[in-house]
Amino acid sequence: MPVNMIVCCKQVPDPEAPPVVFKVVDNKMTLPPDVKPVIGQYEEFALEAALKIKDTMGGKITALSLGNNFVRDVIKKALAVGGDELILLEDEAFDGGDSWSTANALGMAIKKIGEYDLIFCGRQSSDWDAGQVGLGIAEILGIPAVTLARKVEVTDGKAKVEQVIPDGYQVVEVTLPALIVVTSGIGALRYATLKGIMAAAKKQPLIWKPADIGLESSQIGAAGRRSKLDKLFQPVKEAKCEIIEGETPVEAGANLAVRLREGKLL
Amino acid sequence: MAEYKGILICGELTDGKLASITTELLGCGRKLADDLKEDLSCLLASDAVGAASQEAIAFGADKVYAVEHPALKEYQADSYMQVAEKLVTNISPRTVLIGQTSIGRDLAPRLAFRLGTSLTTDCLSLSIVAETKLLTQTRPVYGGNAQAVFTSESIPQVATVRTKAMSPLERDDSRKGEVIPTKIDIDTSKVRTKILETVKEEAVGIKLEDAPVIVCGGRGMGGPEPFQTVLKELADLLHGAVGASRPPADNGWVAEALHIGLTGKIVAPDIYIAIAISGASQHTAGCSGSKHIIAINKDPEANIFREAEFGVVGKYEEVVPAFTNKLKELLAG
Repeated sequence: MPVNMIVCCKQVPDPEAPPVVFKVVDNKMTLPPDVKPVIGQYEEFALEAALKIKDTMGGKITALSLGNNFVRDVIKKALAVGGDELILLEDEAFDGGDSWSTANALGMAIKKIGEYDLIFCGRQSSDWDAGQVGLGIAEILGIPAVTLARKVEVTDGKAKVEQVIPDGYQVVEVTLPALIVVTSGIGALRYATLKGIMAAAKKQPLIWKPADIGLESSQIGAAGRRSKLDKLFQPVKEAKCEIIEGETPVEAGANLAVRLREGKLL
Repeated sequence: MAEYKGILICGELTDGKLASITTELLGCGRKLADDLKEDLSCLLASDAVGAASQEAIAFGADKVYAVEHPALKEYQADSYMQVAEKLVTNISPRTVLIGQTSIGRDLAPRLAFRLGTSLTTDCLSLSIVAETKLLTQTRPVYGGNAQAVFTSESIPQVATVRTKAMSPLERDDSRKGEVIPTKIDIDTSKVRTKILETVKEEAVGIKLEDAPVIVCGGRGMGGPEPFQTVLKELADLLHGAVGASRPPADNGWVAEALHIGLTGKIVAPDIYIAIAISGASQHTAGCSGSKHIIAINKDPEANIFREAEFGVVGKYEEVVPAFTNKLKELLAG
């Protein structure tokens, strides 16, 4: 049975960039231009979860993203690795939104797409880390959802999901259509093949504006949010690390033991 | 329109007792409720709530809504949601607080969206603005590289709170409160998920959350083997536990249960020894509550040295065995 899938992805600043480059200026995160945008790490896992199902069952993957100023080569990675279609909700009016307005817009876009068996989301975006949008979409669409999935299989109109719980996992069965929130453990996103990259280069994403998904300006971006960002700041940390030296690393290691013992830490 | 008043905590039980996060939420909720001069309530939903209701009162609750139903034996969103939604609708709290645990992460967004209200997840601190009575919610963002302060523009205000971010009150069994056994019907035909199997994958030895000493390895360990040898030897010597940052868990070098960080476990041991860990904020979010952080890394510029109290610059292969041997000698003498 081919499976019809939608994967929600977000373009974010590379979260692996060294902490020192993250600077808050005027309540906004500003990053130097050499920090490139990427698809968020958990959305990459979500894509891989969908691709694994497509490998075994066949089907179609539609990647869906909301934002403004998409870098085409970055977001097209979803096509290059094996996605079939890319829909971008791209408009300045989406700026300044929150989890509520984002989930609402994605939910409306999914209603417009119409048919699907599974929707995949990452557990949290790599910038705001809120972890709300996936479950929000499921609520808006009125479909069941399973979170923290690390393995997903589809059989007989149902999905079987390995869900991570503290100190183990549960195997959960859910009826389709369903939304799956993916965590790590599913396996890293596969590399794009040359053929995939060339095919993606030829494909144009569909661009949907707020009106295309039936949303008015009062429902999107800053106007459609339900929580307000009052302040963004970086707590000051004073580095006070005492570096233990030695002629050699071996000696430094031994000196560390002596120092910690002296300090009655151990 | 109902008047929204008071603070409601969605509690969690572990083995019939209040989970530690719930005592932390009660501690924080008590202060907020006192600032508002309003009640602190606690929802406990399980197949059997029992003595946990009194425990919640001893830790600060004014009212405990005890909901018992066979369908609540194990957490399943579609049954728990029916309880949480009905109770919140009935009692109209100003604020709902939930733990940032695997259950809370699953429940809170569903509840907020179902109620059509805002949610701030993973809060580190909460306070009341005296004039407006609104809740100020502070949480880490950008993998811990910044913090953001939010206020809700809808009510009830829902927030989840990070584990170990708040302190419980001293347990006081003489505190007075009211236990309200609450009957809520659960329509089990609306439960669209089924738990087929629960598998424990716990590492042998001391639990990470309880360990006074944690020896944690990062990407720089290069593979699974050193976790079993070099790190384990040091952890055993100190009666501690071995942990890992995200890359070793993602690469399958260690079980996910050992993963410490923003999306893994949050720990706060006395001694945290970070080995070959660069110290991305994503990781330090899980260990910054430790009393003493000690870092061993070959890169003198590694971010972990900004977090640590003591550090050694060098390859772990050379530094750690020498450290362990010297410690052995000192501890014996």
